Parts: sequence; structure tokens; C-alpha cells
Amino acid sequence: MSLSRADIENIARLARLKLTEAEIPVYVDSLSKIVAFVSELNRAPTVGIEPMAHPLPGLAQRLRTDEVAETDRREVYQRNAPTVEAGLYLVPKVIE
Amino acid sequence: MSAPAPTVAALAQGLATGKFSSVELTRAYLKRIAAAQPSLNSFITVTGESALKTAAEADAARAAGRAGRLTGVPIAHKDIFCTEGVLTTCGSKMLGNFVSPYDATVVSGLRAAGTVMLGKLNMDEFAMGSSNETSYFGPVHNPWDLQMVPGGSSGGSAASVAARIVPAATATDTGGSIRQPAALCGVTGIKPTYGRCSRYGMIAFASSLDQAGLIAVSAEDAALLLGPMSGFDPFDSTSVDSPVPDYTATLGDSIEGLTIGLVREFFDEGLDANSEQHIRNAIAVYEKLGATVREVSCPNLPLSVPTYYVVAPAECSSNLARFDGVRFGHRCNSPKNLLDLYCSSRGEGFGDEVKRRIMTGTYVLSAGYYDAYYLKAQRVRQLISADFAHAFKECDLLVGPTTPAPAFRIGAKCDDPITMYLNDIYTIGANLAGLPGMSVPCGFVDGLPIGLQIVGPHFSEACMLNVAHRYQQETDWHLKTPPAFA
Amino acid sequence: MEWETVIGLEIHAQLATRSKIFSGSDTAYGAEPNSQANLVDLGYPGVLPVLNGEAVRMAVRFGLAIGARIAPHSVFARKNYFYPDLPKGYQISQYELPVVARGFLDIVLDDGTRKRIGITRAHLEEDAGKSLHEGMLGMSGIDLNRAGTPLIEIVSEPDLRSAKEAVAYMKKVHTLVRYLDICDGNMQEGSFRCDANVSVRCKGSEKFGTRAEIKNLNSFRFVEKAINYEVERQIKLLESGRRVVQETRLYDSDKGETRSMRSKEEANDYRYFPDPDLLPLVIDESLIAKVKESLPELPDEKAARFVRNYDLSEYDAGVLTASREIGAFYEDVVRGVGRDPKLCANWVMGDLAAFLNKDNLEIGESKVNADALAGLVTRIVDATISGKIAKDVFEAMWASGESADAIIEEKGLRQITDTGAIEKAIEEVMAKNPGQLADYRSGKGKLFGFFVGQVMRATGSKANPAQLNDLLRKKLSG
Repeated sequence: MSLSRADIENIARLARLKLTEAEIPVYVDSLSKIVAFVSELNRAPTVGIEPMAHPLPGLAQRLRTDEVAETDRREVYQRNAPTVEAGLYLVPKVIE
Repeated sequence: MSAPAPTVAALAQGLATGKFSSVELTRAYLKRIAAAQPSLNSFITVTGESALKTAAEADAARAAGRAGRLTGVPIAHKDIFCTEGVLTTCGSKMLGNFVSPYDATVVSGLRAAGTVMLGKLNMDEFAMGSSNETSYFGPVHNPWDLQMVPGGSSGGSAASVAARIVPAATATDTGGSIRQPAALCGVTGIKPTYGRCSRYGMIAFASSLDQAGLIAVSAEDAALLLGPMSGFDPFDSTSVDSPVPDYTATLGDSIEGLTIGLVREFFDEGLDANSEQHIRNAIAVYEKLGATVREVSCPNLPLSVPTYYVVAPAECSSNLARFDGVRFGHRCNSPKNLLDLYCSSRGEGFGDEVKRRIMTGTYVLSAGYYDAYYLKAQRVRQLISADFAHAFKECDLLVGPTTPAPAFRIGAKCDDPITMYLNDIYTIGANLAGLPGMSVPCGFVDGLPIGLQIVGPHFSEACMLNVAHRYQQETDWHLKTPPAFA
Repeated sequence: MEWETVIGLEIHAQLATRSKIFSGSDTAYGAEPNSQANLVDLGYPGVLPVLNGEAVRMAVRFGLAIGARIAPHSVFARKNYFYPDLPKGYQISQYELPVVARGFLDIVLDDGTRKRIGITRAHLEEDAGKSLHEGMLGMSGIDLNRAGTPLIEIVSEPDLRSAKEAVAYMKKVHTLVRYLDICDGNMQEGSFRCDANVSVRCKGSEKFGTRAEIKNLNSFRFVEKAINYEVERQIKLLESGRRVVQETRLYDSDKGETRSMRSKEEANDYRYFPDPDLLPLVIDESLIAKVKESLPELPDEKAARFVRNYDLSEYDAGVLTASREIGAFYEDVVRGVGRDPKLCANWVMGDLAAFLNKDNLEIGESKVNADALAGLVTRIVDATISGKIAKDVFEAMWASGESADAIIEEKGLRQITDTGAIEKAIEEVMAKNPGQLADYRSGKGKLFGFFVGQVMRATGSKANPAQLNDLLRKKLSG
């Protein structure tokens, strides 16, 4: 199992990661190795086995009471924001 | 006060009897931290000022007769836990400037118990690593040999406790990140059952595997600290609503008649022969204490590493999508457009291993590969889990090695991710099945410590801690300190 | 070639919970930007979602109301994509196992026939925030107050065959969610909106054509216009030998056309997988039974009962059950009057509706309440006033807020029912119009109306019309 440069570019685009020219062949190599390594799983017969999404079986989602439990803490939360204007987070123009 | 006493239990005793105050104790530890930091690099942030303030409050509480068992005991937190008003980096450039506006539930639990936070500990970036070499803040060094890795991802926690520059430290374990560094640094580590400690405020790597725990000198210390970290949290849907026992209450109980299983697959050809001898010696100690030892098999366990390297990257690829340079964290300079904002901020903010895992996870979840990789891995995970369940029908606990070999040289395994991943071959199974696990110091190979792993059924922490404690009553591996930090 | 339109709608209805689906933030509309976005809504590192039970109960309410299956076990999944209004980089939604599956709603077509529209599924998910582009100096500003508001996405089968059907179906859903008190239905504020999947195919063909998805339609009018535009566009393409491209399109209401959305151009790969932060949603029989018990009478049931009990036409029953409030108002009027439900219906659908419309009021804000209207209708039924006078009385009631009786009394509008008085008036009119009387008696029966008018004028329109008719006929025939 080997990934191509195009595969890596496609994955990086989906994951929104800018890779340098030098990084691309490194990831082609290491991801190919990883994918080959995890392909070992194909050896395990799993017909009829339920996928396990959660480590504790039989638990159900708890439901919260519908109550407003928050006050406005915008000022505190936005201290970590790189660019804010009039209470809004700024990003380069979104084109629809 | 000269050299600080080595265990939390002893420190608590000293504080209770007035042998020293929390301020004195805290000051002594801050001094040790400052002295060790150049060689170990185990701290990312030291919160000296606030530590002394908390310590003074602890002393005042004690004077007012409001002290609990842990009041005034200094500890440190892995930098994966959010701490209000304190830099919380997760070992990443991405969060290099992130000051958390809130406390993790584990942090507030330990604060409420009276502990004093000394600072935030170094770790592999976003907890992705087994050697602490992926930290943006530089590698942590193993106090037993500064050329060696301390293990990871909780390398800062393990190295700091081993060097006795903190009495105990919180840590997290997604595939062995508590047990493996505990083993490589010669300290005691416990990863509780999935859901035992809240994940709220613990920066997520792989949500279905992440579990908070701690690293301490002894099982007794771990038993003292685990209670305040544990319990149901309404802010974590996956935390479990079951009572938290007093883990110290059962320490010292007889283990006569206990059945201990040796997992055949843990003693494979990858296990270093010298390490194996120490594990066998430890098992002999248990037989002497009256436990029955029998071999069991978990035939699917060898698939745990490939299973993990599908499930964990898949979850991480999604968990780390929130780091986009918009609301917090690193943002690139003058992005050309929205796409560039995302790609450049993330490309610059994440290190190589994190990018590698995000891409692996993106790949295994993408159209056309989901069934072949992600679903397949979740099915194998079920098989591995069933293997453990089956084993626990025949025995009360499982024991084996924590790692295949002692610590390796810094830089030795950086070039090949697979070799690095295989460090966690014995620890990953417990995460996949949500089981509690411990690592207990059990000997040295070429001057480097190794660990005995104990794995129990869900919510068997009390039994596991006692089993570890009984071993530590018979041996003194856990009391050995690295010569350079004695 | 004859073309057939195939439409499926994905309706997004914001659930009317107080707090968000996964956090304790307020859901109220119109607050200061980001003042209702807490750590969970902002996707801060380390935070986790906890499910709002009320959102689940509302989804179950909807499911029961459309005769659907409520999944005993459903799963929240992450839909992964990057967008500034999506703080976590994924939307928590439901994918393979939605909470509601396989229901239906009936719509009434223009020719009066009913058509059943299948509802494939309805699932719970979180809403996204908003991007604002005005006055941002070439940037966009992100407001995450809306992020995390609970939504139910209602996905229809591709059963709709025209824009009109699509609108009828959407209105039906709109009525239903308001009946159920699970959504305020406010389309201006975006509480109720839809995406339309539109394709065309040769009539008779089994295979669906390539579809375009038109995003974010937030009025019934836009749904109709956008679909009609899109159908025409696709037919033009096909007839000129070109092909329809599967894509997401945006409706530009200023230009009245749809256009391809640049931001969604690249093929999305959402990488859905079960959200490990949330456990399976288990809905047991007892919760379903509890919700069932609390269900109100549904619009279709109510309409059928109105037809049955009040002898109304299906059309009238439909109008009077368009909302729970109208239905309740109508029934209060009927109860107050005690008879003639058809007359009550005419008043609610006629004058009352016209005045509400004129003043742009909801029925709950009506200046004439149900009791007052019942008082007026009662005076028609007991012949105190005529229907014609009643219209004037109603107008006076609307303006003054006074009761019908007070106005009738004050203005002396009481009908003349005294036989002697009416006879006297008739005799005077006959005496004044001997020519017409002679013509009538010689066979010009049409002049009857003339005499009615004259007597009415003489009595200030207050003569009881039925009595007048009887007496006049007798007198005229000599």
C-alpha cells in the first residue's frame, strides 16, 4: 500500500494543512508506511462483529435539563482571539 | 528544610504534624524545579507566585482547622489540562499563547482537595508521542540518564516525579502516555478506567481513548490523589456516575487467593530478555504473597497497535480541527484568503508528528477508506475488548511488562514512526478496552528503570492500587532516586 | 419532450428550547454578537458537549406527529468540514442512525385531492453561527450566538412534483412544528428554512435526473420562485443538449435566480464518524409514551373533527386549523354562540381575518376577542340585528373595544321585529308608490326587491329581513 504525492496533497487540503515542498515526500513515505502497517488489520476476521465506538459498553447518553446556565463572558473569551472587531471574530472575507 | 521527603504520604504527614509549612515545602520544591529545569526541561510554565499564595492559603486553612489530607501538598499538572489564567500549551506552538479561561475538572478537584499547583509540565505535542521529543518546547530528559528519553507523552510528569522535583503530577494516557513514561523513569503511574476521571478541560487527542490519571512515587501516593480527581462530571457525557471509593482504605489488604493472569501475548519475541527477567521476578513476589498465577491468552492483542493507529488519528483529525486561527491559538501573518488562513495557521502551528496523525486520520475517515480502515479497526477493537473480558473471567488482574525495553536514546527513533509506535505495544490494549492500568517500578536494566504493568477490569482501581502497594511493601524499586537528583 | 420535476426538501427547524443543544447558553435571537457563545459553542480546547433533553423530547414529538418510527437507539456523528461559522471544524449531527425515521404528511393539491409526502428521516443537529460581511473592510465578522442552537432537519422523499407542492408541503410542516410548540416558525429570523433538491427528468422515466441543491431558502415565496427558476434553467440546459451539474446553488432573491456557490464548489468529503464525546441516545418506551400523552390535537385531526362536528367544508376546516390559535379562537366563538358553527366560521375567516390582516395583527392580538365576537354572532342568530348591520357593529367593536350589545344599544341598531311597526312602514311605502304597486300586481314580480329596499330605507335598515319578506309579500298581493 503506497500513497502518491497527489494523495498527500489531497489529504493535506482536506485537513487544511499547508505543507512545504520538502515536507511532501516525507509524508508520502511515512503515511505509506503507516497505511501499510495498519493494513495488518485485514488479517483479522471480523464478519458479524459490531464496530466498537465507545470503550464502556451499555451506557446511554445522559440528558441535560433545558436551563440557561451561562452569563455573557465574551470579553474574557475573546482575550485569546487573534483578531476581533466589535465583538466579532474576523476572518478573510467569506465568499459564498 | 533540606531535602524534601520523597512521598506525598510523608509530606502530608509532615504538614499535619507541623514539621514544615506548605509555604516552606512549596518554596523548597520551586527551588528544586529551578535547579533541575536546565537539565530536564520538564516544565513549560512554573507558577511560583501563585503556588506560594495557594500554599499560604493552605497553611491558613490548616491553622483554622480546615485542612484535609492533601491540604498544602504541592503537585504539578501536565500542560494538557486547562488551568484558569495560566498558559496552557498542550506542548504546541499552536497554543503557545493560550491562556485558559477555565479550569479542567481534574484541576479543580485537586485544588479543592487543597493541593498546591507548582506549574505546568512538558509533554509531547497534543500528547502525540512516546518520547517527549515532539514537544514544541523541546524534549524532556530522563533523570536517570539525560541522553535518554523519559517516555511520553507525559514525559514531563514522569521525569519530574522521578527527579523528586515534584511530589506527584497529573498525566494523561491515550495509548500508554502515563504507564510508558512511568516505566522509563522508574515511578508509579496509574491510568484509571475510561470515564473514571472527567475529560472536561483536558485538551482532547482521541476522545474514546483519553483518560486522566497521575504519576507518583508510590501506589499509596497514587491512592491518596486519585480520589479527588475522580467521579462523575455533568460536563462530560462520557464520565461515569458511580461512587468513588477511598482508594487508601483497602491498601494493605491481603492478596491471598487473588488470581493473576500472565498474558501470553505480552511475553513475545519483542520483549527484551533482561526486562523479562525482572517481570518474572515480580511475579514471583506475588506468588510469595499468596496469589495464584496462571497464563491467559488475548489472541487479538498483537493487533492493538494497528487498531490504535487508525482509531486515534481518526479522532484526533477531527478533535484538532478547532485550531483554525480564528478564536484562539496561532494565526498566520496576513493570510491571503480564508483557505490560506486555515492552511497556513495550521501548517505553522502544528509540528510534524501532529500533522502526520491528522493526515493519517483524515485519510482513514475519507470516502472510500472509512469501511476498510476506520470501521475495520472498530471491529478489531471489539475483538480485543472481548479478549480482555474473557481473560477476566479466569483471573482478577493481568500483569506483564509496561514496555518492551528500557528508555532509548533521544533521537534514536525519530526517523521511523512505526518503530516509535511499537513502544506502546503492551499499553494500548487497555486504552482500546477502556481498562484501568498501572505501571510500577520493578528493576533496572543497564541503570535504566523498567516497569511492571498491571491491568484490571473496569473500575478495579482499588484492587489494582492495593496489588501495586503490596509489591512496593516487598520491594524498594520505587524508592530509588536518580543519582544526579538525589 | 415533456419534463417532470422532482423535488425533495430538507427543512431545518430551530427547536424552541431555552438553552442550546449541547451547552447551557441562551438561544434567544438578536443578542449582542458572541454574547451567547460559551466555551462549548466556541469550540474551546478541552470542552465537551452535553445533550439537552428537551431537544430530544421535541424531536420525539415531531416523530410521533408524522407517524414515524422513533429510534430506540440513535447516534450522534461528526460532520467534518472547515468553515468560519463552524467553530469546532465539525458539526454534531446524526448520520446513519437518526432519531426519527420514515414518516409522512398529507398535502392537499389544487384539485382538492390529497397527496402523501414521505419523510425519510428527521435528525437532531446543531446550528452554525453567522458570517457578516457588511462594513468589515474586506473581512468577514463571525458571530457564534446561533452556533449550537438545536435544529431538527426534516428530510422528505423526492415525492414533490412542483414548486407549488413543495410550498404546500413546507407550509404543512411549518403549521405542524408550531402546533407542536417545538419551533416558533419565524422565517425572517431563520428559525424555519429549507434546502431544496431539484431535478428534472423525461416524463415517464424511472431514473432521477441530476439534481442541484438550492441552499437556505427562508420564505415560502422564495421556495416557489427559486424552484421554478431552477426547473426552467435545468430544462433549458437539457433541451440545448447540455447537462445539469450536481452542485450547491444559492438563490439570489434580488435577481430572482440561482447561482453556483463558489465556497462549496470543491467536492466535500465530510468524513462522518460517531462522535466519541457523546454516548448512544437511548429512547425508551416510557419516554415515548410520556411525549405521546402530551401531544396536542394535530392539524389534520382537528380539521377532520371540524368537518365532522361543525359541518364545515374541508377548505374552511383547513383555514381554521392553520394554527392552534386560530382553531382555539374559532372554537371559543362556537362555544359562546352555542349554534350555527358555519356562521361562526364565516365571521372568523371573513371580517375578523380581514381586520387582522389590515392591522397586521396575529390572532392572539385581535382587538375583538373570541367572547366579543361570539356576543356579536349571537345577536345575529337571535335576530337582534341583521348580518348587514353586524358588519357595522363589528367595525365599531374593533375601533372602540366595546361589546356588540353596548354598540347596538348606544346606536339604536336593534332590529325591528314588531309586526305592527313593520306593517305600518310597508303601508306607507305602498301609499307613496302607487305606480310600482300597480305594476307589481300586474305581474312584474321583480319589483319585490324595490319594495324591500324602500321599507329598509324607511326603517333605517333595522327591519328584520325575514319578517319583512313575509309581511311584504302578504301586503303586496293585497
